[in-house]
Amino acid sequence: MTQAAYAAPNQAPPPILEVRGGRKNFGAVHALRGVDLVARAGEVTALVGDNGAGKSTMIKCIAGIYGFDAGEVLFQGEPVNITDPAEANAMGIEVVYQDLALCDNLDIVHNMFLGRELKKGIQLDEQAMEARAAEVLASLSVRTVRSIRQHVASLSGGQRQTVAIARAVLWNSKLVILDEPTAALGVAQTEQVLQLVRRLADAGLAVVLVSHNMNDVFEVADAINVLYLGQTAAQVRTKDSSRSEVIELITSGSANGNAAAPALSKTTPTANGSNPA
Amino acid sequence: MSTSTRPPESAAPSLLAGSVEQPTFGEAVSNYVRKVRGGDMGSLPAILALVVLALAFYALRPEKFFSALNIANLFQQGATVTVIAMGLVFVLLIGEIDLSAGVTSGVCGATLAIALTKWDWPWYGAVAAALVVGVVIGTLLGTLVARVGIPSFVTTLAAFLAFQGVVLLMIGTGGNISITDNVIIAIENKNLPPWLGWALGAVAVLAYAGASLYGWSQRRARGLLSAPLGVIIAKIAAVAIAVLGLVAVLNQERSVNPVRSIMGVPIVIPLIAVLALILGFILTRTAFGRHIYAVGGNAEATRRAGINVPAVRTVCFMICSTMAAFAGIIAVSRATSVDPNAGGSNVLLYAVGAAVIGGTSLFGGKGRIIDALIGGAVIAVIDNGMGLLGYSSGVKYVVTGGVLVAAAAVDAISRRRARATGRL
Repeated sequence: MTQAAYAAPNQAPPPILEVRGGRKNFGAVHALRGVDLVARAGEVTALVGDNGAGKSTMIKCIAGIYGFDAGEVLFQGEPVNITDPAEANAMGIEVVYQDLALCDNLDIVHNMFLGRELKKGIQLDEQAMEARAAEVLASLSVRTVRSIRQHVASLSGGQRQTVAIARAVLWNSKLVILDEPTAALGVAQTEQVLQLVRRLADAGLAVVLVSHNMNDVFEVADAINVLYLGQTAAQVRTKDSSRSEVIELITSGSANGNAAAPALSKTTPTANGSNPA
Repeated sequence: MSTSTRPPESAAPSLLAGSVEQPTFGEAVSNYVRKVRGGDMGSLPAILALVVLALAFYALRPEKFFSALNIANLFQQGATVTVIAMGLVFVLLIGEIDLSAGVTSGVCGATLAIALTKWDWPWYGAVAAALVVGVVIGTLLGTLVARVGIPSFVTTLAAFLAFQGVVLLMIGTGGNISITDNVIIAIENKNLPPWLGWALGAVAVLAYAGASLYGWSQRRARGLLSAPLGVIIAKIAAVAIAVLGLVAVLNQERSVNPVRSIMGVPIVIPLIAVLALILGFILTRTAFGRHIYAVGGNAEATRRAGINVPAVRTVCFMICSTMAAFAGIIAVSRATSVDPNAGGSNVLLYAVGAAVIGGTSLFGGKGRIIDALIGGAVIAVIDNGMGLLGYSSGVKYVVTGGVLVAAAAVDAISRRRARATGRL
């Protein structure tokens, strides 16, 4: 016991997911040229970057839709090679894509269990699924849904996002990747979804939040990972960072300015921010 | 199932489990009215059409239309179209169409007849051969649509032409194969003994009542939202009146010839009921059925959920063609022969019409087996009633075409309305 206590400070649990030097080529196009990411349990890690920086490619590689060409992926400290979305799901990696991938003609319960229905013999176990779905929604403090048997078509954007996220945490998930969850939402709904994201992390999941919105990122993220032209510019702690620093990383790829123009980027940080996207 | 990462239960009071406010009878009724006004009409237009048509034909031919003889006739006439329509529901649900289902029934019927007469197979062997041909055709169509990627409209239009040729080749131009097998002929021409009709009717009503009440009590026990008991009992009463009333009518003597007695439920009715129960079970109670709806709603989302979408599509085409094979067998039984035109002319369009009139959407993702039954009844009533009134085939086609367009219009409009009110 004493030994364990001594050992503890050096043995922080390994991050849920760690990517080191991930590369991905599409023919001659080098989409990812060395990306690193650390996602820890209980934390929201924001993945930011300008359009075309490689955010989508990166999450697709993590989710097993593409698979990295080179580099190392560690899941809970163990090296893994994810080449298939089902493999990623089995490990506990869930992705909520921007288009949510919900079926409008099915109700909330059916959507949450789509592809992984609970069965009693050859029959669907509707009651178990309904009870479990209600339980998960309640545990996420979702109160805005009138009935979990209503069709998804009748839900608002925020509610649909909530259903998609609830589906992701219904299983034994350890890492949830959210692709621009607030992009299409209004102010109040954005707030609700961000609170939900925070609760997921507080419940012990590792959350990766892909976002363009600096307000969202600084509101919920514990760490910010910045991609610049297919490379990881930096992963910084939110509390040690500032908005202008992150914006500079996004637009120029380095926080303190590179050798070419250190003075310029330090004195006028917004000059880079106004560069054409 | 339990997750280690789940937030603690105490994070929030349970939203639904155990604390559901169960609706009262009145609320359930007003919810239904709201649903209908929101564009989710289900089979309601078809049932209204059925009532209006039946009353109209009754008014015009009071002595004939509601006679026991004619009601039995209605079922025997409508059986082929209804069975094809039940299969078409599967294909329509995934947003596809099978234009060849009618002639597929012809090919399967011809197979049955050839097996019975030329090869001297027993009836069960011949039936199996017809069904196997149906499965093979469905596999072929499904593979061409789902794996090769040819639009179903083109695939099945090509099959429609080709299978007409196949029937011709099987039977020979101007040919006609008559069958004499008593079992096959009995399907469309014989009736259950009256006592068996009553027994089956009673079993059906009791089974329905037992299943509804059991499901209801289970849901209540688990604290899940459930319909009020009054609604459940009203539904059971409606089913009991419909089933037992039908048995009572069909068990009356309906022979026009006093020498030979005709009474009892036509054998084809329990056959259709069993097929409908099996297909309904697949659609509503199995994971595969759920995946069919999902493919019709959002194929990409279904694929990402890890479901093999091409396999679901292929199986839907297989089910459709297999049901066409059953329809082909029923058609052979009714005609006691096969001719080169089997399954051609209006059969397919009547079947598509039946499914759509019943409330199955041409856009995919919405439809039920009961739709095919109700829509099939509408088609049969139009065909039968206009025949009683002495109209020619030409007029019947025009009227049926008009009803089909009206049904498709109801589908399109209610879909738009459902979009606007957030119901789909």
